Amino acid sequence: MRRLTNIFWLAGKELKSVLGDPVMVVLILWSFVVAVMLEASGAGDTVRNAAIAILDEDNSALTRALTDALGPPWFQPPIAITPDRVQPAMDAGQIMFVLSFPPGFEADVIAGLMPAAQLEVDATAVSQAQLGTDYIANILASETRAFLSGSPDAPEPALRLELRRAFNPNGNPVWFKAMSSLLNQLSLLTIALTGAAMLREREQGTIEHLMVMPLTPFEIALSKVLANVVVVLTAFTLSLFFVVQQLLQVPVEGSVPLLLAGTAVYLAAAAAIGMFLGTVARSMAQFALLVIMVVIPIIMLSGGMGAVESQPEIVQRLTMALPSRHFLAFAKAVVFRGAGPSAVWVELSLMAGLGITFFAASLVLFRRSMSVSG
Amino acid sequence: MTSAAPVPPVARLAGVSHLYGKVQALHDLTLDLPAGRMLGLIGPDGVGKSTLMGLIAGAKKLQSGQVETLGGDMASARHRADAGRRIAFMPQGLGKNLYHDLSLRENLDFFGKLYGLAKAERDARISRLTRATGLAPFMERPAGKLSGGMKQKLGLCAALIHDPDFLLLDEPTTGVDPLSRRQFWDLIDTIRADRPQMSVLVSTAYMEEAARFGHLVAMNAGRILAEGSPANLMARTQTATVEAAYVALLGGDAAQTAAPEPALAADTDTGPPAIRARNLTKRFGDFTAVDKVSFEIKRGEIFGFLGSNGCGKTTTMKMLTGLTPATTGEAWIFGQPVDAQNLDARRRVGFMSQSFSLYGELTVRENLLLHARLFHLGGDLTAKRMAELVPRFGLDPYLDQGAASLPLGVRQRLSLAVAVIHAPDILILDEPTSGVDPQARDAFWVMLLELARRDGVTIFISTHFMDEGMRCDRISLMHAGKVLVSDAPKALIAARGAATLEDAFIAYMLDAEPAEAPADEGLLATGAAQDHAKSAPGFSLGRLLAFTTREAMQVRRDPVRLVFSFVGSALLLLIMSFGISQEVRDIPFAVFDLDQSPESRAYLSGFEDSAWFSQNPPITDPDALERRMESGELALAMQIPPGFGKAVRRGETAEIAGLIDGSDTNRAGTVESYVKSAHADVLAKAGQSALALADLATPRSPDAAPPAQLVPRFQYNPAMESLPAIGPSIPPLLLLLFPAILMAVSVAREKEIGTITNFYVTPTSRAEFLIGKQLVYIGITLLNFIILTALVVTVLGVPLKGDPAALVLGALLYAVAATGYGLLVSMMTATQVTAVFAAAILSVMPTLQFSGMITPVSSLEGAARVMGTFWPTTWYMGISVGTFTKGLGLSELSGHLLRLAAFGPVLTGLAVLALRKQER
Repeated sequence: MRRLTNIFWLAGKELKSVLGDPVMVVLILWSFVVAVMLEASGAGDTVRNAAIAILDEDNSALTRALTDALGPPWFQPPIAITPDRVQPAMDAGQIMFVLSFPPGFEADVIAGLMPAAQLEVDATAVSQAQLGTDYIANILASETRAFLSGSPDAPEPALRLELRRAFNPNGNPVWFKAMSSLLNQLSLLTIALTGAAMLREREQGTIEHLMVMPLTPFEIALSKVLANVVVVLTAFTLSLFFVVQQLLQVPVEGSVPLLLAGTAVYLAAAAAIGMFLGTVARSMAQFALLVIMVVIPIIMLSGGMGAVESQPEIVQRLTMALPSRHFLAFAKAVVFRGAGPSAVWVELSLMAGLGITFFAASLVLFRRSMSVSG
Repeated sequence: MTSAAPVPPVARLAGVSHLYGKVQALHDLTLDLPAGRMLGLIGPDGVGKSTLMGLIAGAKKLQSGQVETLGGDMASARHRADAGRRIAFMPQGLGKNLYHDLSLRENLDFFGKLYGLAKAERDARISRLTRATGLAPFMERPAGKLSGGMKQKLGLCAALIHDPDFLLLDEPTTGVDPLSRRQFWDLIDTIRADRPQMSVLVSTAYMEEAARFGHLVAMNAGRILAEGSPANLMARTQTATVEAAYVALLGGDAAQTAAPEPALAADTDTGPPAIRARNLTKRFGDFTAVDKVSFEIKRGEIFGFLGSNGCGKTTTMKMLTGLTPATTGEAWIFGQPVDAQNLDARRRVGFMSQSFSLYGELTVRENLLLHARLFHLGGDLTAKRMAELVPRFGLDPYLDQGAASLPLGVRQRLSLAVAVIHAPDILILDEPTSGVDPQARDAFWVMLLELARRDGVTIFISTHFMDEGMRCDRISLMHAGKVLVSDAPKALIAARGAATLEDAFIAYMLDAEPAEAPADEGLLATGAAQDHAKSAPGFSLGRLLAFTTREAMQVRRDPVRLVFSFVGSALLLLIMSFGISQEVRDIPFAVFDLDQSPESRAYLSGFEDSAWFSQNPPITDPDALERRMESGELALAMQIPPGFGKAVRRGETAEIAGLIDGSDTNRAGTVESYVKSAHADVLAKAGQSALALADLATPRSPDAAPPAQLVPRFQYNPAMESLPAIGPSIPPLLLLLFPAILMAVSVAREKEIGTITNFYVTPTSRAEFLIGKQLVYIGITLLNFIILTALVVTVLGVPLKGDPAALVLGALLYAVAATGYGLLVSMMTATQVTAVFAAAILSVMPTLQFSGMITPVSSLEGAARVMGTFWPTTWYMGISVGTFTKGLGLSELSGHLLRLAAFGPVLTGLAVLALRKQER
């Protein structure tokens, strides 16, 4: 009981410090409004909006029809290009695909000679290159067939493959981007805020003040975790309701209370990581470098920027230790697939377990860090 | 001033006012300071002494009024640059403008370079100054490891290195031991004897020192109380000491507040002493901070630790509170060994640490309440204690004010109130009165006495004020980690036959260790006066490089930071390159075969054998399909309807349904294209297989032979490997984030510690300061670039196909841009914390998301596209990928290089413009 009230009053103090600093408030707003909007609506899908150019040496009805068929959302409206511009434009990374039709392409198609259209692909972005090539091949096949049969309807195939996307039928990339962007902001802010609160208290000597009172490191550390979780969770909730659901029009399939509960668990784990870094670092500069070293893998390897199961086995094992990986899996399940508690309890307990581990590690280092800073 | 010719004043102020936010530090001040004199500026902390000195030296920006120093207007940047070479300013705070990680010689060498002294000249002056001050034997010692007195001497040497005409010393002796203080003043007298034309302006809070000054300016609350010689002031107020004169000028009661004399409460002596320490020792590495300290404090006693800054007072107190474990030795509080884990013991102790350590963002009331709650006083008791303490400590008028904005004296009272809110039996006070004015100190002591005598609280207090030592029941004199002697103050004086406690202290110190090497008789000032007539050059490469060498030395002394950034970025490069695979493999899928015919199995085998898919147990019913998709176990479910085989055999159109998990749109897109390819594969191979699907290979199927072919040529990376694509795109991320943060913290740190004063008061220009520092971080970035490039080529095995010259040139331009960004961020922030936050939060997103690492910039839309275009990483990414993977050279990449080249100068230029040459 005594413990609980201590934690309660200390957390209240933390809250006042975070919200009393205008720079922090501005950065929180930036992260949860501007950054989420920018990331969700800006960065495209794997192949979406790819830059394509057409080198048309045939200039026939067929090649024009093909050119017209390539367009949004997968490609930007194709631009015409001259042979001498092809290489410079690709070298500069302005164009990803150049499709060239040789002279007499249409005539050869009609004659059944199976002419070849050349496609130059910038393969430095591997997955875009692969997928874009597949799209173009499909469009080329269906359009030429339609052209030959004289009708827009292709002849009935022997086997028809019906592909359907569950949970996001239109494949709107904003949905997923919004969630992974929220994860990035949550991680960066929570880790940096909690760790900095710890370091600041050490640098200003107020931690000594607390340590001569009848308080345990556990209470001091937990109060910081709680206060920062409350701040970031509030920002997250507002961002979810107003930015994600209203402005970005992302539907939430599952239960919002479950999503918020899971987010709270994740935030506690992230705050524990921040606390850990805050006790390890001996100066603000070291802390900053540590945060970058932790946040980059969190952003890039948790599944937001590439599926987790395509990572090599070793990396997959390493990323198991990132609570963010489990949070993204959890959030995807709840938001898009409408999963209930029974489907996500594994992720929840993994996050909680990792959080407790980091928290325990920072408690072990707590006293050591104080005598270092003193 | 015997000469009749009027000597122009060294500084002249007219109508000067200065505000910090809403706090008015100076009120319409008008003052002439006579030249060639030893001028004293007296008054407690916070009356505006430092502001006044900063304005006269040109370190602070003039807000209103007029300041003329050395005959010129200090509002003119031109005059400031010229006068800067004739002024020396030693800011407040022990060695605040010194670089603690650099040695004594390196510090002095740096200051010499700032004033453009040639090497031979520098060496000569450094050697003369250090011999004269007795610092010569410690030339190679880092400034941070010098004693307080030595730091002050070093600061003085740094100030004298360019033979100034006007020396400003802001509280030079605060916190210095009495022996060093005496030596310091002797040194100043020697200098003045050597160079009588030099004017010296000294501020001090020690009133007893003021007697040695020729001309005093007494200040209070931003106004001038009086001016004149010490004798004059004392005569005017009919007082015997300067301190009494000052109190009288304030209009206060000159007589000491009647303090209940230390009639020690009847020694009840029931039980063990309040505090007992035996052979307490604390070592940090090879440095012994506290050396075998033993003492005993009786209950109800006021016990003082008297000594200079850094003599081990604070460390001893920390050991008693359990904040720091003792290396050896033991301590007991009320007979109980000190135990950091014992929470109940903590309830009996109140602690007030040296720096103000309450929460500045909370109000006075909130601070008190928080502590009452943490001690679980309960509602009634809290209200009672508040009602008692608030009036007793005079906090009524401030209850709802933020603690950070309180005047220093009030803050100390608040700290004390907080320390006693739970009515502890012992109070441990670490230098509670430093920086508090004499009147407030008096009042503070009255409170302490009351606590001790009326409430029977044992008080253990440390101080460097001799007069406070006199007020304790017993004191220990401390020096260099050792207790020299403990006794009642009067007994100590009597034992040495000294006149004052200070004299007694000095006598004990001289006993403990022989005096430092006596100052050489050599002259402090040089005969060859510098040519100050010539106006100062606007830009000096020498000064710029002085900042570069200094920064480089500092970075070398703190290798942890470098190791962090080099090892950290190397590690990240490896994890990221292997971890981010752009190929999607092992897609978990399951089949829901409602037909179970040979045909359906033949079709599905095409998926099962593929490396892209990894098969999970088949789905048995529609509920399982839903459940397993929902849990995320499956990314793809292939469903074959009943009658599939029959339809195939009959030559009818058969349908297959594929359900893709669309929650991750990236993956869903890839899965979709894989399924289509696998489907096409099955059909293409159908003809060859003598199996069940052979019927599909009839000419009727248009899938078999499309009318036109697509011949893709995968440029730059024909094998479509992930590493050549990802490897070269990771260094651009790391080479921005790490240097930007290091750079931003480096500048913010100078602002926070105060070494930026050296930039304010020397003729250094803004570009010299920033670019000088920047060069070091550009060097570090290039070093990091070499490490990362080597790793990409060797460990990742990605050959550098293009022109190395283009890559190196790009890296150089990029390093300038990254550090320039760091500089700009540091201009917008005042502290290291905000610098770190701004540098990290504002740069992570554009660097990771909008620079073409995963999504090509050409595919970005809207604001993201704009951000990507105006972010340097985008262009360096193009250069890195271009040279490594595309095999490009200088001419192909000229566009990228040109654009990248613009970032560095623009960002650095903006930072230079944003940097203020004066403090606000």
